[in-house]
Amino acid sequence: MKPNFEQFTDIPGTTIFTMEMAQKGFQLNEFCMSLRTQENRDRFHADERKYLDEWDMSEDQKQAVLTRDFQKMLDGGGNVYFLSKIFAAEGMSYVQAVSTMTDMNVDEYQAMMVAGGRDIEGWRSKKERGEA
Amino acid sequence: MARIVAGIATSHVPAVGHAVDSGRTEDDYWRPMFQGYEFSKQWIKDNPADVDIIVYNDHASYFGMDIMPTFGIGTAGKYEICDEGYGPRPVPVVMGHPELSTHLAASLILDDFDMTVLNRLDVDHGLTVPMSLMYGQPDAWPTRVIPFPVNVVMYPQPSGERCLAIGKAIRDAVQNFDEDINVRVWGTGGMSHQIQGARAGLINLPWDLQFMNDLIDQPEVLQHKPHLEYMIEAGSEGVELIMWLIMRGALGDDVNEVYRFNHVPASNTSVGHLILTPKD
Repeated sequence: MKPNFEQFTDIPGTTIFTMEMAQKGFQLNEFCMSLRTQENRDRFHADERKYLDEWDMSEDQKQAVLTRDFQKMLDGGGNVYFLSKIFAAEGMSYVQAVSTMTDMNVDEYQAMMVAGGRDIEGWRSKKERGEA
Repeated sequence: MARIVAGIATSHVPAVGHAVDSGRTEDDYWRPMFQGYEFSKQWIKDNPADVDIIVYNDHASYFGMDIMPTFGIGTAGKYEICDEGYGPRPVPVVMGHPELSTHLAASLILDDFDMTVLNRLDVDHGLTVPMSLMYGQPDAWPTRVIPFPVNVVMYPQPSGERCLAIGKAIRDAVQNFDEDINVRVWGTGGMSHQIQGARAGLINLPWDLQFMNDLIDQPEVLQHKPHLEYMIEAGSEGVELIMWLIMRGALGDDVNEVYRFNHVPASNTSVGHLILTPKD
């Protein structure tokens, strides 16, 4: 069966981690995996730029990590479960980190979740939203 | 002869593990969710089994992108707990059942499921949070465990058809194991949630409830649901629900619904939980 990596592009506000994206983000995700030890977390926090330069990542990917721009990390082939190593190491929860990718602050985001989460109406298709 | 005596489905939210580990299960935020598992904790005490086959996904905790098995099976005697970026969860080491694991892995491969055999594996919240929900905080877990990791993180994930079929093959393999033991199969993950992008926080409870009904009543129809529908309707991470089909396949054609629970939210997730038993 021919793979269809493009079928997900109409989902609004969503970056699907396809095998193609995994290729693009390999080094970024490898860097994230390295943060599974306290020793590496300490080294990263002591000098982030120096630590990132040990990885064969693009400058865009490195800047995204340095500025904690998680959407930009997703665009660079990062996957949120890998990226979680960055924010978990700083004591951030998924709710805190995930909220930064939305147009809400963390309190607004948490209030939305407690009220039942984001309603899917209007969020199924970019075409429906006039974004494509 | 070994037999499959029950199937358990449950979400495996990491924040639930934190709540257990930090003693916050009675907080206002968490109490309603944990109360929903009180029945299950009693039920699992009253209905003991020997082995739990736990279908789950690793969250970039043990497998990175170096190796990404589509279907894996642990064959080790024990499984340590992963450091997911904040140190390992303070839960007991997970003890395996190498004899049944080996039998299962070999049976599945001979049945044309190309398993990745894992003689070494550390397990993450995908496996340990369901155990905490069902068993609480014991000094040692009460059963032997066979971890069954599935790639649901990178597209293409295995199809729903393949998941249901491998569940059926697990059932056959367990029934052909000569030891007289009781086995449960767990399907974990889901339900609707999305933890990335501008659409993060998506919850689709009506879709989740329909999924539960279809899982129980018409898995043969449900298996054909495409990945795209999971990702649109249940969020990019909702596709974890294909793992519930493996549990369902292992229970045979007809099931009894022993228990059902839903709660929104735990962290970013719609929590769903089922206990099913085979009818035959």
